[in-house]
Amino acid sequence: MGLVLLAVIWLITFISTYFFIAKTWWLPVGASAAAAGIDHHFTTTFILMGIVFVAAQVALGYLVWSFRDRGNPAKVSYSHGNTTLEIVWTVLTTILFVGLNLTSSSIWASERFRPAAADSVQVEVTGMQFAWYFRYPGPDGKFGATNPELEDASAGGEAALGLDTKDPASKDDVVSGVMVVPVNREIEVILRAHDVIHSFFIPQMRFKQDAVPGLAIHMHFTPIQTGEYEILCAELCGLGHYKMHGIVRVVTPEEFDKWLAAREAEKL
Amino acid sequence: MSTHESAVQAAHAHGAPQGFIRKWVFSLDHKVIGLQYYFLALVAVFVGMFLSLLMRIHLIWPTVALPLLGDIKPETYLTLVTMHGTIMVFFVLTTAPQGGFGNYFLPIQIGAPDMAFPVLNMLSFWTTLVGFIVMIAAFFVAGGAPLHGWTGYAPLSAVQSTGPGEGLGADLWIISIAIFCIGALMGALNFITTTLDMRAKGMTMMRMPLTVWAWFVTAILGLLAFGVLLSAGILLLMDRNLGTSFYVPLITVNGQLTGHKGGSPLLWQHLFWFFGHPEVYIAILPAMGLASQLLSVFSRKPIFGYKAMVYAILGIGFLGFMVWGHHMFMSGMSPYTAFAFSIMTMGIGVPSAIKTFNWLGTIWGGRIRFDSPMLFAIGFVSLFVSGGISGPFLAQPVLDIQLHDTYFVPGHFHLIMGVASIFGIFAATYYWFPKMFGRMMNESLARWHFWFSFIGTYAIFMPMHYLGMAGMPRRYSQMTEVGYLLDLIPLQKFITYAAFITIAGQLIFLVNLFWSMFKGKKAVDNPWEATTLEWTTATPPPHDNFGGHTPVVHNGPYEYGVPGAPRDYVMQTDPEIEPAH
Repeated sequence: MGLVLLAVIWLITFISTYFFIAKTWWLPVGASAAAAGIDHHFTTTFILMGIVFVAAQVALGYLVWSFRDRGNPAKVSYSHGNTTLEIVWTVLTTILFVGLNLTSSSIWASERFRPAAADSVQVEVTGMQFAWYFRYPGPDGKFGATNPELEDASAGGEAALGLDTKDPASKDDVVSGVMVVPVNREIEVILRAHDVIHSFFIPQMRFKQDAVPGLAIHMHFTPIQTGEYEILCAELCGLGHYKMHGIVRVVTPEEFDKWLAAREAEKL
Repeated sequence: MSTHESAVQAAHAHGAPQGFIRKWVFSLDHKVIGLQYYFLALVAVFVGMFLSLLMRIHLIWPTVALPLLGDIKPETYLTLVTMHGTIMVFFVLTTAPQGGFGNYFLPIQIGAPDMAFPVLNMLSFWTTLVGFIVMIAAFFVAGGAPLHGWTGYAPLSAVQSTGPGEGLGADLWIISIAIFCIGALMGALNFITTTLDMRAKGMTMMRMPLTVWAWFVTAILGLLAFGVLLSAGILLLMDRNLGTSFYVPLITVNGQLTGHKGGSPLLWQHLFWFFGHPEVYIAILPAMGLASQLLSVFSRKPIFGYKAMVYAILGIGFLGFMVWGHHMFMSGMSPYTAFAFSIMTMGIGVPSAIKTFNWLGTIWGGRIRFDSPMLFAIGFVSLFVSGGISGPFLAQPVLDIQLHDTYFVPGHFHLIMGVASIFGIFAATYYWFPKMFGRMMNESLARWHFWFSFIGTYAIFMPMHYLGMAGMPRRYSQMTEVGYLLDLIPLQKFITYAAFITIAGQLIFLVNLFWSMFKGKKAVDNPWEATTLEWTTATPPPHDNFGGHTPVVHNGPYEYGVPGAPRDYVMQTDPEIEPAH
């Protein structure tokens, strides 16, 4: 029985580890400025925890086999423990866990403590059951007022957001069902939700943040690779959660200016 | 001191009941109440498992009509998610280890004739049962069960128009949890008082079995956590029905104003997780205590580092209340607080690691007997390591950006809080069955059950980590609406097949349990040659546990392989041995 346990525990350990190391399923390729740092720290954590995982499982399998009952009662070692060992592994795990944490803190700080750069592109992202809308402030650089009483979800676009057309600042606001952003510019995202909590998740950008009704949450990310990326809702928001899907199109600065100018022109 | 204790015990002694109703239904006997909790959890676990089976089927065959449910509406899957999680967390993982085994064995292991408050004990079980019935009733009301997940995030859970199931079904869900909280609070009071006041002579705190320590600390966690959840639930009920706005700001649902304004959705998350994280330890601590116990018994060796184990349990209990914010790194909570919650969370890994080292130290140099309780204890350690090792990923906010609300999270918490805890329940069942029912369980069926469960659960939950890394969000009923999720369907299929096999394996357990109850081999009083007090008394134990006398304790709980002793174990009631070095 000891040998079977050893074999099964080791086999489970090696098969599980193989698929991690072979990267059969792995993080999607990163496409934002933050991705490299996050992925690097993921790999560091993965290697350290992987070593602990394999070492502990291999030891467990070995010990249950090695110390199986072989019918010799004299063989058992009578010990209540070892204080030095306890102190050693307590200190080592503390250093490992807290150290790991501290090395990642600077990435978190640069992602979340610092406000967006002054020249960033502003996009207001609004989640509602079960769609994402994207609003650009237009040439005046100001988002116009919205009014919940004006909302008409079924109409989509500006009406879905309840854009107050009496506010002069709202006249040039551009509302889109697709998020279009320029590459290599910082994007300031202002996250809102109308009804319940949603979560704005772009896996390739290593970006996720809940959109909370009643709050306007300011975040930022910098796409570094052009292309189309899928936006998902990551917080359970109701029966259509699985299809609350959007697209972010990362384009060259020229294409972005052209796209925005065309949308602004439609408004005049 | 001893006079005081025996006076306390005498005050709590009550005569054995005669009629069926007083003996088996409205019983004051902690052993009967323990069994009532256990069988309630057994019913609940099969309901919860059946719901998960339906989820797995719907995920990979979305158009197939499900048994009992028929055609699948988009919200049905979320109903299953919600009820599976709620039933498993409250009525299985909280009910069986603490209410079941804790109730039955805590008084016996400390040498008490019963719990401190037998009537309160009976009330806590019946309250819990009513809670369960109300929960199940949510399936059958108009609109059906709620779809807001076991975490019930507001405003989804707070406003009736946010979805089907958010009407009466959601009200019943909250009422059920509130009732459960009341039962759990009564139970917690009883456990704490009993442990502090009812220990037999010589049973000092540092001679208590680690199972007792685990139940004791779990009860303290319950006392502090369930009160908060109860209050939070009442506020939620008021938001839903009385027009208050604790959790709901000015929102529109489908373009319609709801009449709420000024509330905070994050308030619910703070209150919920202030309960919710300690709840994880409420589920796992008893299993940790039990694993410690069994590894010592079946390795025929003292537990490695008893004091370190006690301090680790206390440390986990203490830190367990300071880490709730790690569920909220992406919630909009101030990013500065993430620092503190993250450090505390990494910190709680330290006592968990200490326990793992000590478990390995316990079997090191032992003489291991592979009886079924030991198989599940070894399985527990393996699962605890595997489930624990993914914790430091989620505990770091910068990695949580990618992993939060993906399958990585259910992979993590199912292994550690779900399966490892359930392995604790299985180990406890195989270990204490002879004492509870006077018969042995069938050992070959038990081994088959172990292999199905051990390999099966790894096959289910390890791939969920891969899915999570690849960006598969939780609580998606279908994978057809997002392009890159299509590639992950084969892995989901594998998980469903693994679930079929693992669930089939659980039927072996069910058969063994009921067959052995009536047809199992007669058990002797101490079949495992263990040292703690429950093995000194008759099988099953008499109404007052020790048949009219009170045990006197002279030794620690884990004296195995003592040099010079007449046999390889020294009972806690045996004459005192030389102090250990």
